[in-house]
Amino acid sequence: MLEIDHLEVSYGSIRALHGISLKVPEKSIVTLIGGNGAGKSTTLRSISGLIKVRAGNVRYDGQDITNKPAHEIVARGLCHVPEGRMVFANLTVMENLHMGAYLRKDRAGIASDIEYAFTIFPRLKERISQLAGTLSGGEQQMLAIARALMSKPRCLMLDEPSLGIAPILVRSIFDQIVAINKERGLTILLVEQNANLALSISHYGYVLETGSVLIEDTAEALRKDPQVRAAYLGG
Amino acid sequence: MEWFLQQLINGLALGSIYALIALGYTMVYGVLRFINFAHSDVLMLGAFSAYYVAPAIEKVLPLPSVLGALVIILISTLICAGIGMLIEFLAYRPLRNRPKLTVLITAIGVSLFIEFTCQHKSVFGADTKPFPQLLPATDFHVLGLIISSNDLLVVFITAILLTALWFIVQRTKMGTAMRAVSFNQQAAALMGVNINKIISFTFGLGSALAAIAGILYALKAPGIEPLMGVQPGLRAFVAAVLGGIGNLPGAALGGLLLGLLETFAGGISGLSNYRDGIAFAILILILLFKPAGLLGKATIEKV
Amino acid sequence: MKSADGAKRWLLVGIALAVVASYFTPQFNRYYLGIAIDCGINIILAVSLNLINGHTGQFSLGHAGFMAVGGYTAAKFSLVFEAMVPDSLKPLLFVAALTLGGLIAALAGLGVGVPSLRLKGDYLAIVTLGFGEIIRVVVQNMESVGAASGLKNIPKWTTLGWTFALAAITIYAVASLVNSTYGRGFIAVSDDEVAASSMGINPVRYKVTAFVTGAFFAGIAGGLYAHHKQFLSPTGFDFLKSIDIVVMVILGGMGRTAGVVIAAIILTLLPEFLRQFADYRMIIYSLLIIGLMMARPQGLFTLSFKKKGAASV
Repeated sequence: MLEIDHLEVSYGSIRALHGISLKVPEKSIVTLIGGNGAGKSTTLRSISGLIKVRAGNVRYDGQDITNKPAHEIVARGLCHVPEGRMVFANLTVMENLHMGAYLRKDRAGIASDIEYAFTIFPRLKERISQLAGTLSGGEQQMLAIARALMSKPRCLMLDEPSLGIAPILVRSIFDQIVAINKERGLTILLVEQNANLALSISHYGYVLETGSVLIEDTAEALRKDPQVRAAYLGG
Repeated sequence: MEWFLQQLINGLALGSIYALIALGYTMVYGVLRFINFAHSDVLMLGAFSAYYVAPAIEKVLPLPSVLGALVIILISTLICAGIGMLIEFLAYRPLRNRPKLTVLITAIGVSLFIEFTCQHKSVFGADTKPFPQLLPATDFHVLGLIISSNDLLVVFITAILLTALWFIVQRTKMGTAMRAVSFNQQAAALMGVNINKIISFTFGLGSALAAIAGILYALKAPGIEPLMGVQPGLRAFVAAVLGGIGNLPGAALGGLLLGLLETFAGGISGLSNYRDGIAFAILILILLFKPAGLLGKATIEKV
Repeated sequence: MKSADGAKRWLLVGIALAVVASYFTPQFNRYYLGIAIDCGINIILAVSLNLINGHTGQFSLGHAGFMAVGGYTAAKFSLVFEAMVPDSLKPLLFVAALTLGGLIAALAGLGVGVPSLRLKGDYLAIVTLGFGEIIRVVVQNMESVGAASGLKNIPKWTTLGWTFALAAITIYAVASLVNSTYGRGFIAVSDDEVAASSMGINPVRYKVTAFVTGAFFAGIAGGLYAHHKQFLSPTGFDFLKSIDIVVMVILGGMGRTAGVVIAAIILTLLPEFLRQFADYRMIIYSLLIIGLMMARPQGLFTLSFKKKGAASV
């Protein structure tokens, strides 16, 4: 569904990605793990059009979307939940959800999707007219995911959904990610520092190091790989 | 008491015009975080559009008349909205993501360019031109006060425009997108918002308000000339900062306050010569005590 | 230290140039002489603004205001005491007038520097712009300095020698201030104020020092200008004059003394070359500003340019 071929990205004169290639099959959950500066976030940002790609290409649904503007990529059903959540703090929870549905015109569909968002994240319903900036970190993450779902994506890219969130909420957010994948058939590309947790819900995984793919395998195999265990899974 | 009420009315009328201009500064600051110095020139172009459109309209509609004036205002507004969007497209868009200082200097350059071009003898010329009487003007005498119909109209039009603007920003999809873009452009792009379109729309909206303000200002002024926008532009800009730049109600409040202050100070003999300085003195004082303006929220720089 | 030697070299070359220039002055064409003095005055203005805008990273749009304060103070002083002093002591009176102008301008700089402690970026730009406007309005209403009709008959004491010597001193003072150990603080404040203050550098002191020093030299330039043109009017110190100086600093490359000096000279000469296109002169000037910002915002004389991360959105 999503194919990345020899992607290269640089910040000024510093090369951030050295030709990364990866595949995300339809309806699967694929994880990118790796340390700080491995290029995980950069990969997502270049796929979603936030940063320019120097070489290589990104194909989505068989079509080339390399270096397309971000708003066109969303329109094709590929949605990115960025690191740090980036909910609109100056907008209410409801307005945030409506922003997610910015490209949609079907009022009935939007209303039912808002209901769906509230069933998976009931806390948001309690905060419906609160400004998003007043939510807790975990609630903001729920809002960011719910907001992304409002665009009716077929593929969702999640960047560090567990970052800075109370451990008790992390588990429930990950449960919902699995549910979204199973119930709605969404393809998910997940970037996560917490490799253990990420691999536990994924089908396939890539280990990135300094801008290249170091190892790739099924999530199951990666969890057993001694090298991966030593470096990323705490032994 | 009469003096006080009279100044109050004059001040509200002047302040309404400042408020309209200030909204444009503050909207652009909201989405792009820079001061659009050329805004005051769009105001001048609004008055000149009306000046050149009026004779053509007069052939179809009687002038002065309410209908004629509305048509002229509408056409000038559209022209200026186009000019505002064009300025953004040509001068500011290529500089997106550049340091703020670069954009600020460019804006000053654009402003100077418009001013000097319009002063050239083959464009408008530097001389002052009499502004046509667009509306039938009468003075109402109420309780010993003189209220001109123009002043009433200015306050009335401003009230309508402020309400309309509030509605656009708070209740429409475009307005929500504007607020989203002003908070975080990348996140808005990830929602499918075409940032360029929103920024363009913001410039158009701000410029339209400036054009209307320019015409209203011209109706009260002795005449129009290419530098007519500089002083009201500067005041409005002070008003925007006063209210907390980027904050729409703040800009409206700042405009009204500044208009009132200026009128009252101007009414006191001895102070009237210092009117231009007073606006800035107040601004500096306010910024010293409330650096983010009256309604602005202080932001702490993150490291 | 190498750069301090550079500053001394500037000083020596400048003073030597000044001596030679004053020796040959009588043989110069008056028109060219006038332009050469204009160049020198603009160099002082640009180099002193460079301390505030370039080295310290503050953004002042009110430099013409400091110039006005210095110019009017010096001119008024000369006019009052001119008749009381014998001819042989006139140069002394001139020095006293310039110094006083500089000091009063420095005082004004302190007045602007203090609000700048709390303000940043655009807000600071506006406050300095407002300050310049306030000065102009005050002068416009002061009968004792001629109000709107201007101050006339100021003695013509500014010579090429004085101008070059003072320009050299300005460059020397700013360069040695910035290149001293103490002066590294200016650059630190400009690069990252928060980081600088966490290193124990007091940004407040540096900002105020920059404003006071910059204003002092702008005041001197104002004094030279007054005794060169022999006439001062409030309109000569408006917003546009401040912009002129800012453009010189940007054209030269912020924080680069040599570039700024060259830019000051170019921008003084440019209007003279454009004289035959008088009608289009200011239009060309404004286009030049826009073009410069689009093509080379780092200045004409800066080779490397720190590029920010890849463009986003």
